[in-house]
Amino acid sequence: MTEVIATNQTILVVGGGISGMTAALEAAETGKQVVLVEKRPYVGGRVTQLYKYFPKLCFPTCGLEINQRRAKMNPNLTILTLAEVTDLKGSAGDYTASVKISPRYVNDNCTACGDCEKAVEAEFDDDYNYGMGQRKGAYLPHSMAHPLRYVIDPQMLGSEDAQKAKDACKYDAVDLDMQEETIEFKAGAVIWATGWRPYDAAKIQPYGYDRYADVITNVEFERMADPKGPTGGKLVRPSDGKEAKNVAFIQCAGSRDRNHLYHCSRICCMATLKQTHYVQEAWGDEGKSSVYYIDIRAIDRFEDFYRKVQENANVSFIKSKVASITQSKDSGKPVLNGVDTEGYNRYANEHDLVVLAVGMEPSVDPESFPVEIQLNREGFIEPATDNGGVFAAGCASDALDVNRSAQHATGAALRAVQVVNRVAGTEG
Amino acid sequence: MSDLNTAMTAKYRNNFLKEVEANVEEGEWVKMCMQCGVCSGSCPLGKHWEHPPQEIFMMIRAGKRDDVLKSDSMWMCTSCYNCIVRCPRELPITHIMHGLANYAKRMGLAPKSQPTNQFSQLFWDNMMKKGRVNELKLGLSLYFKDGFGDGVKNAMANQQLGMNMMKAKRMAPMEIIGGHSLKDVSGFQKMIKKAHEIEDQNIQDFS
Repeated sequence: MTEVIATNQTILVVGGGISGMTAALEAAETGKQVVLVEKRPYVGGRVTQLYKYFPKLCFPTCGLEINQRRAKMNPNLTILTLAEVTDLKGSAGDYTASVKISPRYVNDNCTACGDCEKAVEAEFDDDYNYGMGQRKGAYLPHSMAHPLRYVIDPQMLGSEDAQKAKDACKYDAVDLDMQEETIEFKAGAVIWATGWRPYDAAKIQPYGYDRYADVITNVEFERMADPKGPTGGKLVRPSDGKEAKNVAFIQCAGSRDRNHLYHCSRICCMATLKQTHYVQEAWGDEGKSSVYYIDIRAIDRFEDFYRKVQENANVSFIKSKVASITQSKDSGKPVLNGVDTEGYNRYANEHDLVVLAVGMEPSVDPESFPVEIQLNREGFIEPATDNGGVFAAGCASDALDVNRSAQHATGAALRAVQVVNRVAGTEG
Repeated sequence: MSDLNTAMTAKYRNNFLKEVEANVEEGEWVKMCMQCGVCSGSCPLGKHWEHPPQEIFMMIRAGKRDDVLKSDSMWMCTSCYNCIVRCPRELPITHIMHGLANYAKRMGLAPKSQPTNQFSQLFWDNMMKKGRVNELKLGLSLYFKDGFGDGVKNAMANQQLGMNMMKAKRMAPMEIIGGHSLKDVSGFQKMIKKAHEIEDQNIQDFS
């Protein structure tokens, strides 16, 4: 049984992505007790799935390492992985949270030696790579996962493979009898940092994400560019595995569209500008990027980054919302159709690979949210006093990049600290 | 918004945009266009248009009254609704195109030889006579719109079609004499005339 020691002066953080981690660490480092609940088997969230950050084009691993080290060193922080908040009762200063913890089937003895992975044969879709490629049934989600412990896929349970994994472990770390459990504990304030999910590209029917293999999303492209990703960092066409040198990027795929997401997702312009660098890096002058856009929103200091990309002769900008994608009968390649609004010229351009710059959809489900919560039209949490002691952090509050998420999360931590300080004042 | 701001906004909004907003059906939507171009790219007849919808919207904002109203572009719309479905700002583009065509016609600026315009006039004249559309006469007037010779040629070419339609009771040959009618035709004509007058009174002058 997992035990959590918590009181009305404890801060509960829901979601362990960059926002949740930041909020949890900032609060814990002021001396407050913090419990972080994360649905995945590891913390770091979607940031772990990025190859590089904009605008510095540095690797997120560095920031993750700092945060994970802070987490390991802080005795005030308890991290629950594979855990979801199922209920929240009470009010500011006095909440009771119910948390469902799914079994990992691997206990604390795990040294991440990888013997179980070698012993197992069954493979499943790799959700870390958005289903591009497979991983073993006993796996480490990614190379610097925290906590650094293996996971046994529940789909493998009851099979011979599961037993093989258990037998291979020298440390008695595989426990196939682990059960799902629900625990309850107190909290004074709650930071809601459930982040975002990429908008379902298949809903943008004219772009044929569900029909054409060579139409992918920006998050998938990010995995593709990563040397540790499903293609080993090679930019290839999913249909035939051939080199993808002529890459199209479609901006506002779902964002700023009343048929899909009302809001501007804010990160996609910069993400695309960043990803044109991947194409350039991979193929040099042979790599061509075409960016189809309504307008490029590279805000404040990012303008400089945009200018530099504009100066690159291998990157072209076409001011047009693409009307539809079809498939060439001759080459089988995707063809982008539309009208270039600078000159009103009609085009039908063939590309090796099309990357949809999909927007950010908030991961806040109003139906199953455990307490009364104020959401705006876009589905993000409003900073409303009605929300009591529940404060949104990062992308649960708005479409934000990593930098702004971290800033926002620090602010949320301060709000939560104020609530538990008030509790401490009355309780003495 | 402050009063000054409202005044400045009004100043920069040109007369033709105001005219469209006031006088064209659904015209108040024009200013909502963000020029993404998805309507133009989605139009199946787009390559036959002189100005695709989003260009028309920009021309309206640029005050190009004559270029817009004399254009045959909006007459090319077949109401397939592709543009409406895809418009990220939910502009009723198809309806605006019809609104513009209608307004151009009313202003006497619509291109006379544009076939959709011609057919619409034939349809209107036909319906106004009896308050009901006489399909046989409408067909014939369309065949003969370019003169007697062309009319005979068209009729001969579609002879078999006509026979088949008669057999299937899809065409009533007796409609050629008189044809079916409303009970109170003159009342109907007066009503339409009155409606026309009211509409004319509602047209605002921005010249």
